[in-house]
Amino acid sequence: MTTTAPETRTVRTYRAHAHPAWRRILLTREMAVIALLVVVIAVALAVVPNFDSPLTVTYLLRDLAPILLIALPMTLIIITEEIDLSVASIVGLTSVMTGILTQAGWDFPVAAVAAILVGTVAGVINGFLVTVVGLPSLAVTIGTLALFRGIAVGLLGTTAITDFPEFWSDLAKDNIPGTPIPGIMIPFVVLAIVFAVLLHFTPFGRSLYAIGLNKEAAAFSGVDVGRTKFLLFVLSGTVSGFAGVYFTLLYSNARGDNATGLELSVIAAVLLGGVSIFGGRGALHGVIAGVLLIGTLGSALRLAGVTSDIINVITGVLLVLSVVSASFLAWLRSRRISAIGRKKGRTSSAAEPI
Amino acid sequence: MFHLKEEDVPVPEEAPPTASPAPPALELSRVVKSFGAVVALRSGTITLEEGSIHALIGENGAGKSTLVKIIAGLYRRDAGTFRLRGEDVDFHSTAQSKASGIAVIYQEPTLFPDLSVTENIFMGRQPTNRFGRIDRKAMRAETQQIFGRLGVSIDPDRVTEGLSIADQQIIEIAKAISLDARVLIMDEPTAALSGVEVERLFAVARSLRDEGRALMFISHRFDEVFALCDTVTVMRDGSYIATTPIRETSVDELVRQMVGRDVAELFPKLPAEIGDDVLVVEGLTRAGVFHDISFSVRAGEIVGLAGLVGAGRSEVARAVFGVDPYESGSVRLGGRQLPKGNPRVAMARGLALVPEDRRKQGLVLDESVARNITLAIRGSLAKAGLLWSGPENEAAAIWSSRLEVKTASLDAETGTLSGGNQQKVVLGKWLATDPKVLIVDEPTRGIDVGTKAEVHRLLSELAQQGLAILMISSELPEVLGMADRVLVMREGHLTGEFPRSEATPEAVMFAATADKEAAL
Repeated sequence: MTTTAPETRTVRTYRAHAHPAWRRILLTREMAVIALLVVVIAVALAVVPNFDSPLTVTYLLRDLAPILLIALPMTLIIITEEIDLSVASIVGLTSVMTGILTQAGWDFPVAAVAAILVGTVAGVINGFLVTVVGLPSLAVTIGTLALFRGIAVGLLGTTAITDFPEFWSDLAKDNIPGTPIPGIMIPFVVLAIVFAVLLHFTPFGRSLYAIGLNKEAAAFSGVDVGRTKFLLFVLSGTVSGFAGVYFTLLYSNARGDNATGLELSVIAAVLLGGVSIFGGRGALHGVIAGVLLIGTLGSALRLAGVTSDIINVITGVLLVLSVVSASFLAWLRSRRISAIGRKKGRTSSAAEPI
Repeated sequence: MFHLKEEDVPVPEEAPPTASPAPPALELSRVVKSFGAVVALRSGTITLEEGSIHALIGENGAGKSTLVKIIAGLYRRDAGTFRLRGEDVDFHSTAQSKASGIAVIYQEPTLFPDLSVTENIFMGRQPTNRFGRIDRKAMRAETQQIFGRLGVSIDPDRVTEGLSIADQQIIEIAKAISLDARVLIMDEPTAALSGVEVERLFAVARSLRDEGRALMFISHRFDEVFALCDTVTVMRDGSYIATTPIRETSVDELVRQMVGRDVAELFPKLPAEIGDDVLVVEGLTRAGVFHDISFSVRAGEIVGLAGLVGAGRSEVARAVFGVDPYESGSVRLGGRQLPKGNPRVAMARGLALVPEDRRKQGLVLDESVARNITLAIRGSLAKAGLLWSGPENEAAAIWSSRLEVKTASLDAETGTLSGGNQQKVVLGKWLATDPKVLIVDEPTRGIDVGTKAEVHRLLSELAQQGLAILMISSELPEVLGMADRVLVMREGHLTGEFPRSEATPEAVMFAATADKEAAL
């Protein structure tokens, strides 16, 4: 095969895909998560009392909204093999900023925009430390997780600001008229579409996967790795800031310890949704399904009278299983590939480095 | 897919010469190994004599690695005979192979980086003194004695971390000697070595031969085979083709045996019309890496950049392209200065770099062939900022077919392709950017002769079409065969420039080493 005669030039044609479309679309991790979500919803509708009530949908989506929002930039960050652990602290910080500025007499929209900008600045700090200074994002964002939280708690102490203009807090809590779906889902869906297009249908998205799989090759292909990552951290800070303002309004409560631990829920959902912690793999629809799966399962179990510690155990097991199944599938694939490699042993050099 | 027609299957006509008085050190005859339905080795035959260096050559996939793995005890043969000093053997493990006096030195040795040289050599079988403690003195003394015999000077007490690959190989060899291995197999040991290091390795190999050991040497480089070996065995498509004393054969003959037909020319340099300067580099300097590098490449011209590994050639290429920084000097492309450290501008203006390490720098191995080919043109494929897989696959299909990439489908992971096909994907990726200047760094490293010739023909044709090509290569025949002009670098300096007519191996080697000895 490798000894093609130089003089015989044949025009080859190529199949775009090795497998038919249904296999490529249905046999994916994302579809498995979506299928599991559908099963959980179906079972819950059948056996859990009150799960079918519109209020369940409303409360579920309201509570999940910050996670859904932050999961969008988090997905992009993890695909480039980085991580942002400071998102929940940014939510806390921007929540406090919203409260303080409102209390100081600022117009609420101005205060909200200023608070979101604080989130942006927090993202700039993360991005600067990771891409310009060159520190690992895990270490940087563990540091800023403590830093931003510390500032937030320091600014307000143990007090809380609970007085917000009624118009805005109602807006945050209101449903889309005629539906049980909270209004926050409108900006979320818009953002989700923007992020999905960005990730899956733009040159920028292609470069994210390339960075996650092989930084060096990406750089040799003209991808500005540093600038790309910087941008993602800024996006993450900004979206977290927006989530912080929403969080404040939803609970009419600005406190330094708001959303503590939320970063782990976000990352757990992103990983459950099929994004590889090693970068380069994952899709946004899987992540959204992952967030909804964890939320729906928790909500259904709560309604069924299961205590929250048991719910934690169940979501924990689900996560571990998802990670194990991913590794198992990767192992199966590598076995298949090495079988192909052995087949090609006669014709290839790359498959067998020895 | 890999079925061969009956008449293509070479049948060994005669057994290799075995008429020596003592039984050969190692003898494999008609060894077969298959994996499922796929036969990796149809008829592996080789005879290693004591006190002799035997070359094993063949294209990638000819079955060399499978043969080595059977000897090393990694695989068990399905059929055929395997004799060691006249006795039938059958290894179930690498330990058995080692215990029988066989040592295999791989291209990239696997040592314990935090342990000392001595500790690595005696790993797992440290000598002990009367009190059952490790006898460091004895270990050190034996290490030094072995190094003395090999004529190398490596500090036995230093940690192996940071040693060059060449030194690490020497340590592996020392380990083999301390085990008193009678058969040494070196699987492409020179692939990552510089000229001086290769010479030292050869000196070591010769002294081992003179001690009466049997050596097997696998290499893709004909000059090395001719410089070092006494006998050469050629394999093709898993079968034994021929064994010849090195004096009675030639490169042309070996190539013919390897590819099964006459390769009219390995280096098909076509006449091209040379135009104006396209790439002009002036006074490029990066402290400690390269100094005051000035050269130009004209349209239609192939400029070879020769030198030893580590002379700074790849670093210059990377600085010109913008992935590495430089301190002073300038790079002009088509008359306009390129900004420092900005590969995107360089790409947009028509510069392309096929990097040295295709697996790390050239390709995203886990991505599909289509995504790799279109990675550098992702921006121009997008319509209104959106990129769909349709145009991506179209562009990928065009370049795959132009370069005859062998892949099952465009969404196959690039890592599953053979080395030669991976290199074609990298070339396709950069040719897709429609460059004015193409820099290729070791374009044929580690790929088989057939694909090599294809790559050379492609470069030749591209130059004919007016592309300016800068070709970095450590293979002298490649540089001399392909280049219109040869530049030579040594230790970060440009030390020679020769037009095609004056570029002799001696002149280039002298400029590369400043050493008359090495040039001869």
